[in-house]
Amino acid sequence: MSLKIGVPSKGRLMEKTFDWFGARGVQMARTGSDREYAARVEGAEGVEMVLLSAGEIPRELAAGRIHLGVTGSDLVREKLADWDREVVELARLGFGHADLILAVPACWIDVDTLEDLDGAASAFRAAHGHRLRIATKYHRLVREFLRDVGVADYQLVDSQGATEGTVKNLTAEAIADITSTGETLRANHLKILSDGVIHRSQATLYMSRRADWDTGETGGARAVLASLADRLDLDLPGRE
Amino acid sequence: MPARDMDIPADTLPERAAVRAEAARLLERFLAAGAQPVETEILQPAGTLLDLYGEDIRARAYVTADPLEGEMMLRPDFTVPVVQMHMAGGAEPARYAYAGEVFRRQEHHGARAREYFQAGFELFARDDTEAADAEVFALFAEMLAPLGLRAATGDIGILRAAVEGLSTSPARKAALLRHIWRPRRFRALLDRFGGRVPPNETRKRLIASLGHATPEELMASAGPMIGLREPGEIAARARALAQDAAEPPLSGSEVETLDDVLGLRGTAPVALAHLRDVAVDLPAIGGAVERLARRLDALAARGIDVETLEFEASHGRSTLEYYDGFVFSFVAEARPDLPPVATGGRYDALTRVLGQGREIPAVGGVIRPGLVVALREGIA
Repeated sequence: MSLKIGVPSKGRLMEKTFDWFGARGVQMARTGSDREYAARVEGAEGVEMVLLSAGEIPRELAAGRIHLGVTGSDLVREKLADWDREVVELARLGFGHADLILAVPACWIDVDTLEDLDGAASAFRAAHGHRLRIATKYHRLVREFLRDVGVADYQLVDSQGATEGTVKNLTAEAIADITSTGETLRANHLKILSDGVIHRSQATLYMSRRADWDTGETGGARAVLASLADRLDLDLPGRE
Repeated sequence: MPARDMDIPADTLPERAAVRAEAARLLERFLAAGAQPVETEILQPAGTLLDLYGEDIRARAYVTADPLEGEMMLRPDFTVPVVQMHMAGGAEPARYAYAGEVFRRQEHHGARAREYFQAGFELFARDDTEAADAEVFALFAEMLAPLGLRAATGDIGILRAAVEGLSTSPARKAALLRHIWRPRRFRALLDRFGGRVPPNETRKRLIASLGHATPEELMASAGPMIGLREPGEIAARARALAQDAAEPPLSGSEVETLDDVLGLRGTAPVALAHLRDVAVDLPAIGGAVERLARRLDALAARGIDVETLEFEASHGRSTLEYYDGFVFSFVAEARPDLPPVATGGRYDALTRVLGQGREIPAVGGVIRPGLVVALREGIA
């Protein structure tokens, strides 16, 4: 049995992943037509690459259908309850950097910290009769963060895209979203809270705790991974 | 993270039928104590619970979508619907009892129960609230006596009175009171109001700027006005911040006194004597301390051994519940892995929030029949 690795199926994340493995002697490439999601791996015996949407890789790892997967650490933490019970972080790959942050309108001169956000939320609720709305698609991460720091009187509203526009469109008062340069935030007249970084995300290589690592005549997927560990400079966890 | 007082490892759950029978038995006892039986719907409108508990409740209750009613929650507790039912036209005084399943979403591993039985008793009465507290506690103590549980009590009313008695601005008191149930934010606020943690640079710059410019001018140079929060609201809070910056810090001795009250634990008579001493410096807690004294008398009159009864001033602070006075719990000391077998307390403020202009003092509690059965089997 071979070792299955899930890799983002398109864009810079895919290319950078190919580059990262290529620099370590494992050549990955898409095969067939541009539209066909097929792939090959050279330079590593017994490795099978599966091209997947980055957003589906956490679920595939948790289900044990792939042994390894490359995806953003934000997606793993958002999509998996108790993520570290499902997967092991093997390597941070040094690209795909993005921060999940809380941002409010730049014109809110009275708000710079979470304590301010909490105070403004309390006054906002009293004035408007509903809780201060924060638009996001990262419900779990944002809710756990705000609970831990003790912010009250807010509500999360779902926003799957163009989140920076929700304040201007009056569907939210604040946002929690991913940003790498902050340009889109500035263009939409938003500012980041000074203590409002919820998670610093980057592309990360994960190992599934649920996959079958041992079936096979030659030691299974575990043996394949062990043979790659030196080249990829991985610290492998002990057998559980 | 708040204590998950209602959680229980699922594998310690006894047979469902035995638990259901125990729930019925507990309900009978509550009825014999003069309660009317009540039922509530399992599907509750999510809006009420979200407005009460905030977004955190989403992590602890199952949310589902009704095509006509919108978001609904599987009943995470009985108290809210029972209060609503009473506020909609119950006679006074009233005693209600119920038994049934509640549902708690679990976002972490560890096999906590997603659904379990509760049997509860709620007392709505305007006269002699301390006697009402004692009636509920004594009833629970008697019903649980065979299990040899350890009872712990507290009083959020004393904490509230201690905060209200601080010599500081109403805004600072309101901020602290709002976060009594969130110890971490409460502590951060106390550290700032006490001058132990200075404001950050941005805040200092804002206060300095407000010395020579109006909030409106600062807003104009900060960016275009966007969003539902209006310029007047932003300016009002900016002015409030400037005012707060001019407020002297809480004195070290006041913070110490508050810390002393927050950390107080001991037997009830010792705690009472100590609080009476504190009340000399902090007269604002006098009323609440005398209510504690009257409650202890009422408990003693009902046969509770108050000499050994435990009192912890911060008891009940880290739960999502809406308790604002007397609080209590019963735990099995030999089973630290189990949550409390019973919890309860006074929730006058909840009746005010749900009463749409009306309110009534109320106290009550729940017992978990599943834990009663598990412990009884363990003893047998």
